[in-house]
Amino acid sequence: MTTRTVKFKIYRYDPDKDAAPYMQDIAVELDPSDRKLLDALVKIKAKDDSMAFRRSCREGVCGSDAMNINGKNGLACLTEVDSLAQPITLRPLPGLPVIRDLIVDMTQFFKQYHSIKPYVVNNTPAPEMERLQTPEEREELNGLYECILCACCSTSCPSFWWNPDKFVGPAGLLAAYRFIADTRDEATNERLDNLEDPYRLFRCHTIMNCVDVCPKHLNPTKAIGKIKELMLSRTV
Amino acid sequence: MKVAKRTFDAVIVGAGGAGMRAAVTLAESGLKTAVISKVFPTRSHTVAAQGGVSASLGNSEPDHWTWHMYDTVKGSDWLGDQDAIEFMCKQAPQVVVELEHYGMPFDRTDEGKIYQRPFGGHMSNFGEKPVRRACAAADRTGHAMLHALYQRNVRANTQFFVEWLALDMLRAPDGRVLGVIAMEMETGEITVFQAKATLFATGGAGRIYYSSTNAFINTGDGVGMAARAGIPLEDMEFWQFHPTGVAGAGVLITEGVRGEGGILRNASGERFMERYAPNAKDLASRDVVSRAMVTEINEGRGCGVGKDHVMLDITHLDPKVIMSRLPGIREISIQFAGADPIKEPIPVVPTCHYQMGGIPTNYHGEVVADGKVVPGFYAAGECACASVHGANRLGTNSLLDLLVFGKSSGEAMIDFIRKEGAALPEIPQSEIDRSLARVNRLDTQKNGADVHETRLAMQRTMQTHAGVFRFKDLLEQGVNKILEIEKQVLQTEIRDKSKVWNTARTEALELENLIEVAKATMISANARTESRGAHVRDDAPDTPEHPNGRDDQNWLKHSLWYRDGNRMEYKPVTLTPLTVDSVALKTRAY
Repeated sequence: MTTRTVKFKIYRYDPDKDAAPYMQDIAVELDPSDRKLLDALVKIKAKDDSMAFRRSCREGVCGSDAMNINGKNGLACLTEVDSLAQPITLRPLPGLPVIRDLIVDMTQFFKQYHSIKPYVVNNTPAPEMERLQTPEEREELNGLYECILCACCSTSCPSFWWNPDKFVGPAGLLAAYRFIADTRDEATNERLDNLEDPYRLFRCHTIMNCVDVCPKHLNPTKAIGKIKELMLSRTV
Repeated sequence: MKVAKRTFDAVIVGAGGAGMRAAVTLAESGLKTAVISKVFPTRSHTVAAQGGVSASLGNSEPDHWTWHMYDTVKGSDWLGDQDAIEFMCKQAPQVVVELEHYGMPFDRTDEGKIYQRPFGGHMSNFGEKPVRRACAAADRTGHAMLHALYQRNVRANTQFFVEWLALDMLRAPDGRVLGVIAMEMETGEITVFQAKATLFATGGAGRIYYSSTNAFINTGDGVGMAARAGIPLEDMEFWQFHPTGVAGAGVLITEGVRGEGGILRNASGERFMERYAPNAKDLASRDVVSRAMVTEINEGRGCGVGKDHVMLDITHLDPKVIMSRLPGIREISIQFAGADPIKEPIPVVPTCHYQMGGIPTNYHGEVVADGKVVPGFYAAGECACASVHGANRLGTNSLLDLLVFGKSSGEAMIDFIRKEGAALPEIPQSEIDRSLARVNRLDTQKNGADVHETRLAMQRTMQTHAGVFRFKDLLEQGVNKILEIEKQVLQTEIRDKSKVWNTARTEALELENLIEVAKATMISANARTESRGAHVRDDAPDTPEHPNGRDDQNWLKHSLWYRDGNRMEYKPVTLTPLTVDSVALKTRAY
């Protein structure tokens, strides 16, 4: 492959100088080694240093560069440029306030994550060595602990768009189940109490956008289903 | 210009493993603690660590901290300080168990204990054969650890200042450190964080190199700030090139792959490590493996059209092992190398990975300059040099370093703060102005250098002039080139003048930190005329008088680079451990 020119439409907004957001047409020349969308953004930024986006690890584990790519949420560093229809349309994650360009204010997202008490609760005095857990018990955490808090899921969820202050959202609920599923955690009942509310858990209508966009191939809907089952089984 | 001021007992800069481990200790002690981070904590680069954290738990086979200590001293090519190494290896089981109690989702053995795998350079019985010492959560150990530490800090109500960029540290005329000055990225507003004790846990600066496993954020901010404030930098010539970065992409493939049985092969399919390290083979120390790979490539036995890489082969492993122990690696390989490692080998090449040197500290995390502790100043993790890694770090010892020295510096800060009581010396206005001048310069610079181009020039220079193998001529030229590039760095011009989330300004300020690290590296490397660990020079070859080119008579000492005048000084290596006998000098072989 030789160099190629790739066309973009990118959401721009700098509250310091722009009266309103606008879509900017940009064409950028990419080298063969520029395979990922993040490579392209770095090239664009080299020409226009005002292009603002978050990025860090560039390998899909830090969760910084989530954005809306041709209408679907994803990580720029894991998205192949050549897999995308042009012009490639980039917008900030939907449903959260925009700070600037592709950078959103994630306060509400993290507030919901914090609301589920994202830490192991265990009031039994700790043993001298590790708390034991069988490989099968540990296996229950797979598909849960790998979340990178990129917010692709929650910001693709219509229920989160309508009620970001009341509905915990798929990322937060995945985390809630991660602690419920952990045999070392002693707070399952309190965790269920914390979610027993018309909004916090039950606003999930299994639309499953979250599963569709998760860059780590996790399944928040399934975790939410398990929480609902536990909730149900303790009432009977 | 008047700037806002906030006051804390302790200020921590950096929310990776070291910063957050220290924060747990400080916040749980009840002291008023602030953590400043330029990214949300779980985006710090600890998140990318894969293979494991070492501790002689002995969960699968006999192990002992003295064996771990021996391996670490040998791995360091005897440049590590043996008091700090003893402290770290002895503490390891305890800090790993604490992490498990915090909720870390370690993999498990059949007995329900923490799963451990072999790793490069970690051996049983003083160098005999590979031992299972790396405690792992699949191949996502750093991610699991960073999230567990963040979660523990949420529980402890630690106060985070997220997406704040620290600009400079502030010192009293007598040298005491009084806090930092930092900028909120969202608004561009600048605030002084006054503190009784200040910890730098800002990570490494792998981005001085063109090809690096490091994240974009690894720009050596703490190291740069310390250098500008007159603190010397220790052993900066020692950089680890990780044997297995994905060829072309630089993304890390953990050594845990070789721990699980992976084999490096050259173009003819030969397991070449048998020739270079007959005993440890593919699990020799990283510097040894990286040099072997580059030698294979240089001698025409590389793979691919350009013969510019070698292959990491795990096709002989049970796919179930790959899916359960190395799932992240499989994804990375498919994503960045276009190869499914279950079916085909992964193209890999040595890639800049870790900064062994840094801000000089003792094993309490106290910064030591000119033979004295700098009051109120602490450093831990990759930005610090305790020195436990010496001339070459063993895999999994970095996550351990974060836990042990994050904790010990937190404890030392508590002692210092309790002793100091309410005393908070005045911050000299000149210190604040020194930092504001750098920001103001960027706002007004005309006809300056481009940040992107200047950074690229620095990265290419470092790659060519201070790589896996080092050459006298190239190092000498490299010093001049880097000093030329520094002039550009000090007059960069940004076009974006916005106050709001100005990433152009952030990158220009980060480049001013990177260049300090680049200068320290090049000048220290040029000065050290022996070969040791990761620093191997053409004019210091393997001879009977100096095996491996190491010259203990003249160079068994730590380098100290001072920014002022690019002066080099040296200090002795601590060869006496705390309680056990010294690991005696000998020739390093695997």
